[in-house]
Amino acid sequence: MSRGEGPVVDELEYQSISPSDFFYRNREIAGFSNPSRATYTAVRELLENSLDACETGRTPPDIFLRITEVEDHRDTETKIYKLRVEDNGIGVPPEHIPKAFGQVFYGTKYELKQARGTFGLGGTMAVLYGQITTNKPVKVVSSTGKVIHKFQLTIDIQNNRANILEHVVEENPSKWHGTAIELQMDGDYSRVMYRLIEYLKQTAMVVPYADITYVDPKGRLYKFERATEKMPPLPKSVLPHPHGVDVETFKRLLAADKSATMKQFMVSNFQGVGPKTAERFLEMAGVKPNSKPEKLKPEDIVRIVRTTKEFKDFKRPIASCLSPIGEELLKTGITKELGLTQDDYINVVTRKPCTYLGFPFIVEVAVATGPTIRKTLGPGITIYRFANRIPLLFDEGSGVIWKAVNKNINWKTYSVEPETPLLVAVHVCSTKIPYKSVGKEFMADQPEVEREITNAIREAARGVRAFIRRRTRLQRERRRLNTFAKYLPKIAEFSARLAELEEPPDVKPLLRMVSANLPEVEKKLEEVPVIVETE
Amino acid sequence: MSKQSEAERKRLAMEKSLTQLGLLICEQIQNQEFPWIHMQSRSTDNIIYDPEERQYVLGPRMIRRHSRNIRHIRPFTQLIWTSWFAKELVKHRKTSTLREVYYSARGQRDIEYSSQQESDSIITDLEVALNRAREDFHIFPEERSAIFGDLTIEYTVPGYEGRRTNLTDHPDGIMIGPAVTSSEFVETSADKVLVIEKGAMFTRLVEEQAHKRFNAILIHTAGQSPRSTRSIINRLNKEYGLPVYIFTDGDPWGVHIAMVIISGSANAAHLRGLTTPDAKWIGVWGTDIIKYKLPTEPLTEFDKKRLQELKNDPRYKDDLWQRELDIYIKLEKKAELEAFSRYGLNYIVEKYLPDKLGGQ
Repeated sequence: MSRGEGPVVDELEYQSISPSDFFYRNREIAGFSNPSRATYTAVRELLENSLDACETGRTPPDIFLRITEVEDHRDTETKIYKLRVEDNGIGVPPEHIPKAFGQVFYGTKYELKQARGTFGLGGTMAVLYGQITTNKPVKVVSSTGKVIHKFQLTIDIQNNRANILEHVVEENPSKWHGTAIELQMDGDYSRVMYRLIEYLKQTAMVVPYADITYVDPKGRLYKFERATEKMPPLPKSVLPHPHGVDVETFKRLLAADKSATMKQFMVSNFQGVGPKTAERFLEMAGVKPNSKPEKLKPEDIVRIVRTTKEFKDFKRPIASCLSPIGEELLKTGITKELGLTQDDYINVVTRKPCTYLGFPFIVEVAVATGPTIRKTLGPGITIYRFANRIPLLFDEGSGVIWKAVNKNINWKTYSVEPETPLLVAVHVCSTKIPYKSVGKEFMADQPEVEREITNAIREAARGVRAFIRRRTRLQRERRRLNTFAKYLPKIAEFSARLAELEEPPDVKPLLRMVSANLPEVEKKLEEVPVIVETE
Repeated sequence: MSKQSEAERKRLAMEKSLTQLGLLICEQIQNQEFPWIHMQSRSTDNIIYDPEERQYVLGPRMIRRHSRNIRHIRPFTQLIWTSWFAKELVKHRKTSTLREVYYSARGQRDIEYSSQQESDSIITDLEVALNRAREDFHIFPEERSAIFGDLTIEYTVPGYEGRRTNLTDHPDGIMIGPAVTSSEFVETSADKVLVIEKGAMFTRLVEEQAHKRFNAILIHTAGQSPRSTRSIINRLNKEYGLPVYIFTDGDPWGVHIAMVIISGSANAAHLRGLTTPDAKWIGVWGTDIIKYKLPTEPLTEFDKKRLQELKNDPRYKDDLWQRELDIYIKLEKKAELEAFSRYGLNYIVEKYLPDKLGGQ
């Protein structure tokens, strides 16, 4: 339309956009804000999908990751990289492959249980980002143990669906199962190298049963070896807790439900609601227990949802949908990745399940200190943050964990001085991690979560004071012994020369006298009582 | 007993007492005992002014340097090493300096000192432990003062044994080093000793033939006098009965140079034979500033503080000292030795010294 033919307002057109289109336009909120961050996020999303696929099949993960430089645009700082991730997971059934990798918001993660991703968004976002920066299709090879399916796909952004460019089926004589995905993207590896390797290292800490191999663009090999075959129990799918439901979810549940009465609806769609609880709850919400669900008016629904927040008699949310790492595995993982020895202290605590806003969550904390921590992490407190077994590396200062460590704990109580090397690793697992953004890098300070994290750190740190005191005393004793061992022979040597004797006198009996006390000291130090910080 | 064998006897006695120290330590170790030695405490509360001796002395408190004590074991080791080093010096008739000892220890792992001060302090410990001056075990300070006048000495140092020299032989004076310190005095015609704080005035007096005119041995201390110089002054006073006159700057620092020659220092409270209680301080007095109308400089705050300290020091309790200190304080002025030059280069020899020495 050219000027003058009509009023400008006619040109306004309202259109809905597809989810793919939305994320294409707003990719920074999903962690693809710039080439280096995008490189990091793409690796992270693909790797996490792989780990989930392995854990679902109860297979200790073997992950292979390779980033290759394909093209160097000499005029800009970015380069085209080929990203390849292979796993030995359960594989994706062929009919799901186009949707799983070519459609936003499609995936296996809509049930209510703990999983790494939340929206079925990450893997596809990586594909989408690769496509818009290089215009190359993604290659996916997968098998559930039968034949092997090879796909080449692109995403039809406007319509949120996959274009299949190629689909080949091959024999699978070795019964391989797993998925390999390869895509190209414009990225900046050099700026994110340090974080990426740190990310892999921290991942290896919380997934000590995984074997992760990484070949970087320079051909360097990084290997994070498995330390155990044990895996934490799988999370179970559960019904939602009434406390955590919102109006939209409630409506969807109603639409899908065929219950005859509201009472029956409540009992069969929510966890922890029996017939009696359902009756009392519906009474409080002002809804007749035997009224028909399809007769509910919109204002009834709003009232019911509001009442879920006020009603006190629901059971606590079930925690079987959570999968904490467990004290043993977390200890194994941190010990192997940091190379802790007998001389170091590590204590891991897995707390009992708690809830916030109707979502169950579990906090796990590892506290470590000692000479190895000093050597590898340096003096002062180092914080590792994990959410649903994902390391969080960005925006540490904004998160609730930073606040708990630096504001809520009085470290002096634990004999921790500013220069004491200390690792505080915090893992929060939940069906809904209270992230502050879609980029999933830091957690909001929900009061229940903050309190639980703080208490978990206190519990895990209990032995720190005794350890530090013990070590300080042992060091002092060792220094003492060394001092005698250094000077007594000199005294013997020079006094003999002074006396013009041939042989210096034997100082060994004297040295035995000093060292005899050391085991005694150690024994006494064992008896130092463990202190409990009082609030 | 000849003088030659007297010096030799001293040397052998020193060597023997060092050997005995070594034997004592070895014996303690053999008896499975952590080695230790007994010595007088050098801490400030054990340094007492003795009015009879007219000097500072160490009090009765004894301490143990014990290698069982983790804080003592390093200095203890250093002490034993230093003893061995001293013994080597004595045995081989060599001498060394404080600075050399410090540097020699640098070559020894685990013994080396963090500063020369630390090394000097260990040497002082050894003096206390052995009850001998460091010169006796052949360790000398760096500062060198000089002596000039009709005194014949006989060397005892290796290569010079029996050789004699007269201290007027060299017009710049003869440096008071280990050789002079260990020499025997043969004869002198002088009837007094004149001690001067500063080199320039010493040279002036030599040029003006002051040694003849006043029949004096001239000694230049180069500031605070080294122990070997104090020891020579003491010997001239004792062996020949020569009166000693001290001539310093007219300020608290000069006054104290005279006092250390007379009454000794707290640092050397463990030693005898370094003080000359009958020596006289002849100037530059506060009263001289007025009497001779000397050019002056104002006292600094630091000078004033120091003057107050001296006034409260037991060594300064006599009337003369108190009177002169008061005059400086009242005038708020001080005068250097060179101040007399305003009346001509020979004024000091022609006028001032005859006044002062004649009056004594």
